[in-house]
Amino acid sequence: MKKTRYWAAFALLLTLLAILAVWSVCAGSVHVSANALSELLAAALSGNPQTADAYPIIWVLRLPRLLAAVILGGALSVSGYLLQTFFGNPIAGPFVLGISSGAKLAVSLALILTLRYGIPSGSLLLIAAAFAGALLSTSFILLLSRRVERMSMLVVGGVMIGYICSAITDFVVTFAEDSNIVSLHNWALGSFSGISWENLKVITAVCSAALLCAFLLSKPIGAYQLGEVYARNMGVDIRRFRITLIILSSVLSACVTAFAGPVSFVGIAVPHLMKSLLHTAKPLLLIPACFLGGAVFCLFCDLIARTAFAPTDLSISTVTAVFGAPVVLYILSSRHNREES
Amino acid sequence: MHETYLHTDNLAVGYRGRPLIEHINLRVRRGELLTLIGPNGCGKSTILKSLTGQLQKLGGVVYLDGRDMAALALRETAVRLSVLMTERIRPERMTCAEVAAAGRYPYTGRLGILSSSDWEKVNRALQLVHASEIAGQDFTCISDGQRQRVLLARALCQEPEILVLDEPTSFLDIRHKLELLAILKDLVRRQRLAVVMSLHELDLAQKISDYLVCIRQGMVDRCGTPEEIFTSEYIMQLYGTARGSYNAAFGCLELEAVRGTPEVFVIGGGGSGLAVYRRLQREGIPFAAGVLHKNDLDYPTAQALATEVITEQPFEPISDVAFEQAASLIRNCTQVLCPLRDFGAMNHRNQLLAELAIQVGTLKEC
Repeated sequence: MKKTRYWAAFALLLTLLAILAVWSVCAGSVHVSANALSELLAAALSGNPQTADAYPIIWVLRLPRLLAAVILGGALSVSGYLLQTFFGNPIAGPFVLGISSGAKLAVSLALILTLRYGIPSGSLLLIAAAFAGALLSTSFILLLSRRVERMSMLVVGGVMIGYICSAITDFVVTFAEDSNIVSLHNWALGSFSGISWENLKVITAVCSAALLCAFLLSKPIGAYQLGEVYARNMGVDIRRFRITLIILSSVLSACVTAFAGPVSFVGIAVPHLMKSLLHTAKPLLLIPACFLGGAVFCLFCDLIARTAFAPTDLSISTVTAVFGAPVVLYILSSRHNREES
Repeated sequence: MHETYLHTDNLAVGYRGRPLIEHINLRVRRGELLTLIGPNGCGKSTILKSLTGQLQKLGGVVYLDGRDMAALALRETAVRLSVLMTERIRPERMTCAEVAAAGRYPYTGRLGILSSSDWEKVNRALQLVHASEIAGQDFTCISDGQRQRVLLARALCQEPEILVLDEPTSFLDIRHKLELLAILKDLVRRQRLAVVMSLHELDLAQKISDYLVCIRQGMVDRCGTPEEIFTSEYIMQLYGTARGSYNAAFGCLELEAVRGTPEVFVIGGGGSGLAVYRRLQREGIPFAAGVLHKNDLDYPTAQALATEVITEQPFEPISDVAFEQAASLIRNCTQVLCPLRDFGAMNHRNQLLAELAIQVGTLKEC
């Protein structure tokens, strides 16, 4: 009976993903008909997609954006799941813990410096900067987690770290040259637009490596859900495991921040929704489910961000917050009720 | 046939590099249950945590099956030693069967998928701890007693040769305490498991342990069999008890005797006086008891609670001396209670004492 639920859940997620993918390729300020799409597909299969009419708008604009939303959304929600496991805290996530903001700060600095000194800022440089910033925030959170026991306080601490990073980012941006600010401003609010095929190659490589590692960690993650004492007793090398987990979640959220800016609530809301959907928290199922769920969620939110007030793009976080924040509120209230009773 | 399974050589334990207890030399054999007892905060848990490697030991060596545990790979320790500690866990969306199944960790492959023979072992472990009927329930929605049993099943799924348990009976009611200890005893006897645990309940420790280690004031104070450890004097000393007393024969605690000159005299014996002694103690009335044979069921409790007890040697008729002492106490008391109903050749004179009380007019119904 349980297995049926798992199959059904994955089938549902894949179907949603397919529908949303087609929809977001077609929808937008310029509508692409199904015929035009099949024409492009046929042309692509024959090896020269450039011949199709819809080529520029789909191949250059929409497809990379769609893939970015899928991969980065999935990465973000897996990163959230890993952090929740690590802290044993259902409302942990890269955004609330200030990890995204740390990455954002580092990327802003990197962007401004490279622009000023005329160094070309490649994808890998951005990821490296974001990763450094993410690790910095994470280590602050780790220091804090040794001192505070209550998980709500940990989240408050993370939010504070986020504010500090944002403040420094704003400060840096204020004193940067005018020309830099425009591109920075768009990115700093979070968006899947403007991601090139070149970027996408790097994103795919980094994320798939990190996601594969996370999936292979399923077994110790499952043991860790019983607490450190029992995990250790069953043979998990706790130290190595914790370091790996932190690095993986930082790489994933850093990769997202480097290309799409900070995206809120995906990391908390999606893992929770997936646990409710599958009725389990088993990492072996949850990691793939979180990836698919995050992809669906971000694709859906990006579709709204793009089309709701077309031709004006909303920032992605505006939309994810609308759908994600109520989920977090629900988690908070239901947990509270459980502890009371 | 009794081979040593775990032993320590000059183990030193403590926190942050500061030793709390040093020179610990424990020895547990297969099919033996060793219990650590001692006052709160004496370091029982610290020792257990250091034994299992959860806490960095500060010196000495722990040998598991003759091999230095520090040199064993984590997996090799995992298939030999499993734990049941006091940490409360709240695993998210896990059934009891899944919690127990987590114990198969050292035996599964890269992704930790259980084979059907693994599940068979999980089911057998759940059956052994009488938890089969709750296997499908959410772990966070069951009682403390059930939770403790499921965690024991988890420990057994690891197929250990030694179990380490920290206060396994705390939070449990008496029924669940007895059930859990009975299961443990079975494991020790039938499967020849070695068990090391700490226990709060002295009465249970006395009955279940094969060997006891007493921890007091930062040291291993005494080791021995229950017969050697459980004397009233030593238990009082171990726990630094100044008020009240510990009855080693029954393994029960008595509160402090009421001081003062006796106001009530109780003629008891054969268990008839027990309730009366306890009631008088509760009400704070100093009393004397007699004449009790030293092998009488009433004797230990009377000794603990009465200000004065008139005694007689076992199986001897009550002597003149004892009778006179009792009679003079009866004359000085304002009240005499006689819960005793059975008079025979040995305690015939207690009947005379009751009649004396009627003459004096102080005998009260009780």
